[in-house]
Amino acid sequence: MALLEVKDLRTSFFTDAGEVKAVNGVSFELERGKVLGIVGESGSGKSVTAYSIMQILAPAGKIVGGSVKLDGEELIGSGENVMKTVRGNKVSIIFQDPMTSLNPTYTIGSQLMEAILLHTDRNKKEAYARAVEMLQLVNVNEPEKRMKQYPFELSGGMRQRVMIAMALACEPDILIADEPTTALDVTIQAQILELMQSLQEELGMAIIMITHDLGVVAQMCDEVIVMYAGSICEQGTADEIFYNPQHEYTKGLMRSLPSASTAGTRLQPISGTPIDLLNMPKGCAFAPRCDAAMKICIEQAAPRVDVNADHRSACWMCVKNQIDNGTIEVKGGEVNE
Amino acid sequence: MNNEQRPLIEVKGLKKYFDINTGMFKTKQLKAVDDVSFSVNKGETLGLVGESGCGKTTVGRTLLHLYKPTAGEVIYNGNLLKTKSDIKDFRKHATMVFQDPYSSLNPRMTVSDIIGEPLDVHKVYKSKKLREEKILELMSHVGLNSEHASRYAHEFSGGQRQRIGIARSLALNPDFIVCDEPVSALDVSIQAQVINMFEELQSKMGLTYLFIAHDLLVVRHISDRIAVMYLGRMVELADAKEIYDSPLHPYSKSLLSAVPVPDPKIARENKRIVLQGDIPSPLNAPSGCPFRTRCPYATEQCAEAMPEFKEVSKGHFVACHRVDEIN
Ligand SMILES: Nc1ncnc2c1ncn2[C@@H]1O[C@H](COP(=O)(O)OP(=O)(O)OP(=O)(O)O)[C@@H](O)[C@H]1O
Ligand SMILES: Nc1ncnc2c1ncn2[C@@H]1O[C@H](COP(=O)(O)OP(=O)(O)OP(=O)(O)O)[C@@H](O)[C@H]1O
Ligand code: SF4
Ligand SMILES: [Mg+2]
Ligand SMILES: [Mg+2]
Repeated sequence: MALLEVKDLRTSFFTDAGEVKAVNGVSFELERGKVLGIVGESGSGKSVTAYSIMQILAPAGKIVGGSVKLDGEELIGSGENVMKTVRGNKVSIIFQDPMTSLNPTYTIGSQLMEAILLHTDRNKKEAYARAVEMLQLVNVNEPEKRMKQYPFELSGGMRQRVMIAMALACEPDILIADEPTTALDVTIQAQILELMQSLQEELGMAIIMITHDLGVVAQMCDEVIVMYAGSICEQGTADEIFYNPQHEYTKGLMRSLPSASTAGTRLQPISGTPIDLLNMPKGCAFAPRCDAAMKICIEQAAPRVDVNADHRSACWMCVKNQIDNGTIEVKGGEVNE
Repeated sequence: MNNEQRPLIEVKGLKKYFDINTGMFKTKQLKAVDDVSFSVNKGETLGLVGESGCGKTTVGRTLLHLYKPTAGEVIYNGNLLKTKSDIKDFRKHATMVFQDPYSSLNPRMTVSDIIGEPLDVHKVYKSKKLREEKILELMSHVGLNSEHASRYAHEFSGGQRQRIGIARSLALNPDFIVCDEPVSALDVSIQAQVINMFEELQSKMGLTYLFIAHDLLVVRHISDRIAVMYLGRMVELADAKEIYDSPLHPYSKSLLSAVPVPDPKIARENKRIVLQGDIPSPLNAPSGCPFRTRCPYATEQCAEAMPEFKEVSKGHFVACHRVDEIN
């Protein structure tokens, strides 16, 4: 049994302009000790997927369907008491902007200790020792001094490390990191990623790494989910996604990246503009921007097909390729695998 | 890019210090840009990289005299900028594109007013019709439709807003543009469109760019040469391929090794030079070499004297005492 099983998760925001289907049928599994990357453009539903797992949505947001099982236990509809023990104890989250989740009016020490006291049965003295130990673990220098300082007194990289310390204080089984390094410089980002990797190996936790940086994914992740307009368009091992992409959006994304070898040539951008979730097309959500779009793409959403045991994709071009090479057959207009 | 290699912009010993309040009646000097010298050749793109707060934007703004330089010279097309009228004239030829397409445009102005503003300020057109024609021409350069002209900036996506900002900066037919993180706020899928547009405009209009960005893959793609800054100082400057393939300064080495490469096999084997410690505050810059507190090669000499920014091979400048020993 996988540590985390998400099945057909659906989350909507009910706004004045209508229902925004921010997460629209997301399914994946996460094994113990693995690093899963979630990529996709801005607004594709990466954060809302994470917030839905944690059940920390904004008031307008509701989980309208699906299942989230942690260690086999269903979390959706389990109630706030269960979720309180899940959050922090079993699943922790690091937010993109450390300033939004660190309280500016309390010292680093009191915030760390509060997290520890809340989630473990340590007493105050033990919690203090544990907090200092956590700061050491994430390479914050002079931890005793930092305990007495306020968030604004620390650099951005140091605040992010404090966030990681706070998220790890209770040794969660799963760490969700929502763009943990986007606001940081590359040399500081390298420090944080290295730190996360070594802690992951040491503590054996699983990580869900949300990012738009495919370089970070390549460095960190075993498995990758690519999201577009609230749905997973492609998922598989990192090697499959990078070296054998099958969805036209993923292919376009990989093609558009600048690198040393593109210098002196024109990049190959994805055309068009990002999707508007309130005006979703009828067929494949990516069809209006897809250079390979066929008639069926405009009319009908693509089914999810297995590319191989490590790789699934929901793209009609992928279906077409499989029909052409005989991997799947078409019977009476239905696609059968 | 060009064969003549004539500098359009030369910057010599540029300094910009800010006075910072550090308590009651106390001020301290923040050396945002300290003794920076470089040139940008006609038609080329010089990339400028370095950590947040190292002084990239301040170099751009001071060079354009949007900030008054504390010291140093800027030479445009062979002429030293001295008088107010030199600077006013320079501003018609040199302009800036800003990072944030969301906040740098006035949401209550129409696209045509935004793009036309510099034309009005400098009173370039006598007739309304000529002005309109110019605006439509500028819009077509950046791939905006003429029907967009009467719409408001807030109705556009990030990529489109950046196009509006670029059209505006082209209004006075500049030949030099400081591009300050022009694609950083854009989604990856839109970035490539805007980068291509910068390159197309450059080849069509013979533009010269100082291109500031923290994404080193973007900078590598677009630049002919790359300059690296650290704590207000330039530490290395060289041809883009040369500096990318074999950086000589210890800071450039770690910076380039830290770039996450979107290729799992390379990323797994990549030997990153992970630096220890944080970037010092520019208010308490270390003595001697600014990088010495994080540098794996630092010696006593590095704490005592500022390394000179010198040419170690043709066109390759480095500021490090130990550059010969460690390479
Ligand atoms: N509080 C809210 N009210 C209404 N809509 C919301 C709210 N929060 C998110 N959404 C919508 O849900 C969709 C998914 O948002 P989400 O934050 O998950 O995107 P994301 O993939 O994390 O993007 P980014 O890369 O920009 O962080 C977006 O279209 C967004 O507009
Ligand atoms: N107007 C100002 N007044 C006082 N200090 C300033 C001012 N502008 C910049 N600084 C300081 O000067 C230093 C350099 O800032 P600058 O904005 O040039 O950095 P940057 O390299 O562009 O950083 P980023 O990548 O974050 O944009 C910083 O320490 C900054 O706080
Ligand atoms: S001068 Fe010294 S401290 Fe500075 S980069 Fe060179 S070796 Fe390192
Ligand atoms: Mg997000
Ligand atoms: Mg800047």
